[in-house]
Amino acid sequence: MSDLKAPAGDAAGIDGRVVTGEVDTIHGPILYLDDITVSFDGFKALNKLTLTIERGELRCIIGPNGAGKTTMMDVITGKTRPDLGTAFFGQTIDLTKLSEPEIAKAGIGRKFQKPTVYENHTVFENLELAMKTDKSVFASLKAKLNGSQHDLIGKTLDEIALTQRAWEPAGLLSHGQKQWLEIGMLLMQEPRLLLLDEPVAGMTDEETMKSADLFLTLAGKYSVVVVEHDMDFVAKLSGAAGTVTVLHEGSVLAEGPMAQVQGDDRVIEVYLGR
Amino acid sequence: MAPPIPTSLFSRLYGPRGWMVVGAFALLAFVVFPVCNLVLPKDSLFYISDYRVALIGKIMCYAMVALAMDLIWGYTGILSLGHGVFFALGGYAMGMYLMRQIGLDGVYHMPLPDFMVFLDWKTLPWYWSFTEHFWYAMLLVVLVPGLLAFVFGFFAFRSRIKGVYFSIITQAMTFAFMLLFFRNDTGFGGNNGFTDFKRILDIPIATSGMRMTLFMLSAATLIGMLLMARWIVTSKLGRVLTAIRDAESRVMFSGYNPVHYKLFIWTLSAVMCGIAGALYVPQVGIINPSEMSPANSIEIAIWVALGGRGSLVGAILGAGIVNGAKSWLTVAFPEYWLFFLGALFIVVTLFLPNGVLGALQDLWSRKGGKRSDAPPAGAPTNTKVPS
Amino acid sequence: MRVVLRLFLQCVLCLAALSAQAVSPDLLQKLAYGEADDKLAALALIVAGADESAIPLLQALADDSVQASPDTREKKIILIVKDGKGVDAVTGKAVEPLSEGLEDVVINNRVRKEITTAIAALKLASPDKAVRLAAARELQSNAEESMLPALARAVAKESDPDIKNLLALTQASIQLSTGDKPARMAAISALAASNNPSTKTLLIGLLAKKGNEFVEPDADIRAAAQRSLDTVQSKLSTGERFGQAFTGISLGSILLLAALGLAITYGLMGVINMAHGELIMVGAYSTYLVQNFFKANLSGAFDWYLLAAVPVSFAVAALVGMLLERGVIRFLYGRPLETLLATWGISLMLIQACRSIFGAQNVQVENPVWMSGGVEVMAGIILPYNRIVIIVFALFVLFMVWVMLTRTRLGLFVRAVTQNRGMAACVGVPTKRIDTVAFGLGSGIAGLAGCALSQIGNVGPDLGQSYIVDSFMVVVLGGVGQLAGTVYAAMGLGIANKFLEGVAGAVLAKICILVFIIIFIQKRPQGIFALKGRFADN
Repeated sequence: MSDLKAPAGDAAGIDGRVVTGEVDTIHGPILYLDDITVSFDGFKALNKLTLTIERGELRCIIGPNGAGKTTMMDVITGKTRPDLGTAFFGQTIDLTKLSEPEIAKAGIGRKFQKPTVYENHTVFENLELAMKTDKSVFASLKAKLNGSQHDLIGKTLDEIALTQRAWEPAGLLSHGQKQWLEIGMLLMQEPRLLLLDEPVAGMTDEETMKSADLFLTLAGKYSVVVVEHDMDFVAKLSGAAGTVTVLHEGSVLAEGPMAQVQGDDRVIEVYLGR
Repeated sequence: MAPPIPTSLFSRLYGPRGWMVVGAFALLAFVVFPVCNLVLPKDSLFYISDYRVALIGKIMCYAMVALAMDLIWGYTGILSLGHGVFFALGGYAMGMYLMRQIGLDGVYHMPLPDFMVFLDWKTLPWYWSFTEHFWYAMLLVVLVPGLLAFVFGFFAFRSRIKGVYFSIITQAMTFAFMLLFFRNDTGFGGNNGFTDFKRILDIPIATSGMRMTLFMLSAATLIGMLLMARWIVTSKLGRVLTAIRDAESRVMFSGYNPVHYKLFIWTLSAVMCGIAGALYVPQVGIINPSEMSPANSIEIAIWVALGGRGSLVGAILGAGIVNGAKSWLTVAFPEYWLFFLGALFIVVTLFLPNGVLGALQDLWSRKGGKRSDAPPAGAPTNTKVPS
Repeated sequence: MRVVLRLFLQCVLCLAALSAQAVSPDLLQKLAYGEADDKLAALALIVAGADESAIPLLQALADDSVQASPDTREKKIILIVKDGKGVDAVTGKAVEPLSEGLEDVVINNRVRKEITTAIAALKLASPDKAVRLAAARELQSNAEESMLPALARAVAKESDPDIKNLLALTQASIQLSTGDKPARMAAISALAASNNPSTKTLLIGLLAKKGNEFVEPDADIRAAAQRSLDTVQSKLSTGERFGQAFTGISLGSILLLAALGLAITYGLMGVINMAHGELIMVGAYSTYLVQNFFKANLSGAFDWYLLAAVPVSFAVAALVGMLLERGVIRFLYGRPLETLLATWGISLMLIQACRSIFGAQNVQVENPVWMSGGVEVMAGIILPYNRIVIIVFALFVLFMVWVMLTRTRLGLFVRAVTQNRGMAACVGVPTKRIDTVAFGLGSGIAGLAGCALSQIGNVGPDLGQSYIVDSFMVVVLGGVGQLAGTVYAAMGLGIANKFLEGVAGAVLAKICILVFIIIFIQKRPQGIFALKGRFADN
């Protein structure tokens, strides 16, 4: 049960285009949500939400409180089951049928709104625990880091600028550093799709801009979905051409480049309450 | 700071000081105690009485339970209020064998255990089959608590029952088992349980030699369990367990299935309790359903809390302090034992969140500045206590 | 009832002593000197005569207070002797001093039983309805063929429908064993009207087999008996089920009382108070102390001590609870497992304190007179007043809690603090004081539960321990923070427990309930009434 057996199927043999155990994105988007509806006691948190994320895309999602951003992440990562609708990761992986660990292993990494790291473990151990490897009980019992794994952790430590503090408990880090550590942990998972829930909340301006740079380098290598309130940050991330999605009351209100979205009458109404 | 990469399993488990403590304990248990009990004359200053040997043996069994509790509570953050059941089931499994060893020497001189004769039963119930074989009884000692824990844990963890809810249903479980074992019809001697054991492996049980054998066996088991537990908590598995305690959702979204990890440690913990119970029964000479009372199980938690959660040596220490105090106070001031125990619960939770060992370490690090090496026990990074 | 009867008879005895010319000297001689069979024959004649005035003599015989001069003497004296004074059984005149050499008239158990029945038969003519009813009941299980004429007369004369019914049934059961076929058939149909368990036994006897042969050879009679038996059985099982439902509701109301306080401290405040059971104990002992105070100082108003005990037990338990909250629990908010352990410690100390002060033995708490006894709704089903009072009391407390939580400012504050402590503090709710008051309230309700429990069970230091697991089960099953859930869970558990007890016995029933709860929580961890949504799992 713990081992997800090559969810994409062993189609690799046919012509070698699909790597075993990887997400099959040859024929389309990496994430495909269709008609997703989630209701809590009659209140519809998501209402026929349809969303597509292309391979290697960096997508920003904005929306007022209660628009359904976090619920959408919950559905993608298996925490909440949709009442209706389909959610596919690549062509073959039905997200509504998998548990959270299985989805994580399939290649979706999620960063929480509130930075969630193991406060009693050292920064190094935090990254070690996140590293992509066999995560079954008995493998963990026997696990020993080899040289290349050590190097990988070292590289990530550099990327998130925490090499100096590698052997301190993560609980001693500042808020911004914890955010970075969590992002580092996601990178250690080597995901195909990164879901970042307000990744720069509580960061200084300088840290925010550094984060934006980091995320821009990630795009292309990974598919990234960023949920954010900070408009400057979103503008910097999406650039001129990147797509921005506006959620409102559980559905997509507008989608397009930042400039277009900012000019949309309905968006202005929702945000400014005209 | 340099990364503390252990060079061998030996040094991963304990530093030099830690191994010295373990060695000293082994020396006491395997040399000093046997000599002082069996070799020295009774009037010698250093003579240790049979009573003391049995008492320490008993406390060592409790210490194993404390270790088991520490693994599941201290490291994984799951408070069980039902560990008494596993302990008692192990004890009952052993007790069944010991009852069968009585043979025809019971009060009624019948092939059935006395309580069955008393109830006018003609044959042994089916679940008593094969219990005359030692190996089978030993199998039961491990399997019965293990299986119960596995099934119970499977459903509980899969349904994501956590925190206080889990604690309360484990308490309900032990309560239900206690009621079940109190019934005469259940076939385990009802109120009185099993007692009056005569032999183990056909050797008389009430001799100094047998007592010392059981004592040394308990000591060896305790040391074995300590090292095994230490091996687990210093492995990556141990780090995942602590991670589950601190941030379970992150563990889940990192691709670990917490259900499997919890189930593993929970079942292991139950089996450890079962083995402790099996060693306890021949040394104490009785097993009855009161071992399953909710109060007994809660007491285990206070041993661990007093010694220091998340520290294996602390758990052993806590079991020793509380039970040592109990055996003294209940004789010297029986009126005050419950006051003492009650106060202990309050004082430990209010003032000693890291237990005695944690308090000592704090004192040490405040006095001596930085600690030179890892503390003798417990996860070195364990700075915060879960609730 | 028998005691009342006995008292009444003793009064009659004194009166009747003056005019006792009821039994002819001839019969009297037989009673005094005859063999057992002679005595029985004499009794049958007396009953047939249906003269109420023979009762004192018969009663005296049953009480072994008849003395007679030895058989051999010429002049035979038979005296009813009471407290050293003799009355001549024939003339009713006082005889003083007692003659020498009198001997007790000795009767064996067979005769004694017949005498009791005979008295009952004679009592059927009594003008007092209660006496007649008691007598009819007595006869129901003991009547004999010789009484048929007396019974027939009584049935004809009887005006009260209940007594008449009872007598007719008795008549039928006698006819059943002795009469000819039409009489027996009539008797069998008459028996169908009964709801007495012994009727069932009688009818089953008719249907019994001995080897391969029916004891009763007549098939018509057997068929009729089967029909009547079915009727009686369905009536009896209705009664039984009704009784179980009542004890179930009674247990449910007790669980509700025990759990209501917990629904506030655990359900609303999230404090795991393992000392809750001991707060119940505190309430019970407060009631005990109030009782003792009334006994010593206000014995005239003893029947109303509970009116004082209710507020006192509430206040004492609430005070203890508030002390706990201020002294220990408030330091542990947000750390539920630590709270659990610390409050367990408190419970141990409270138990030991109670043992040190009041001793380890149970103490005696008496019901006031108006709560003793019960109302009989049908044969064999008696609803004790104390249990009825407690059901009403539980409803009253439930209503008060509901009013307090939903209709008062305090309740508003409590709910506000529960939902969002930070915001409540910001808008000026004194959160810390609300915590203390709310905890005191929950504890006070536990005290009320203790007061109620003292009226139906033992009051001892371990009182609370036996309720703590149950009350947590109720709250957990009902759903945290749900008053309605608590009510349903308490009643459901109470009734289910009692019905299972009927099937499987008390211990197995309890185990079944615990297993059920464990499985239920696996399926619905939030209880019967679950809060759903994003906030539910935080």
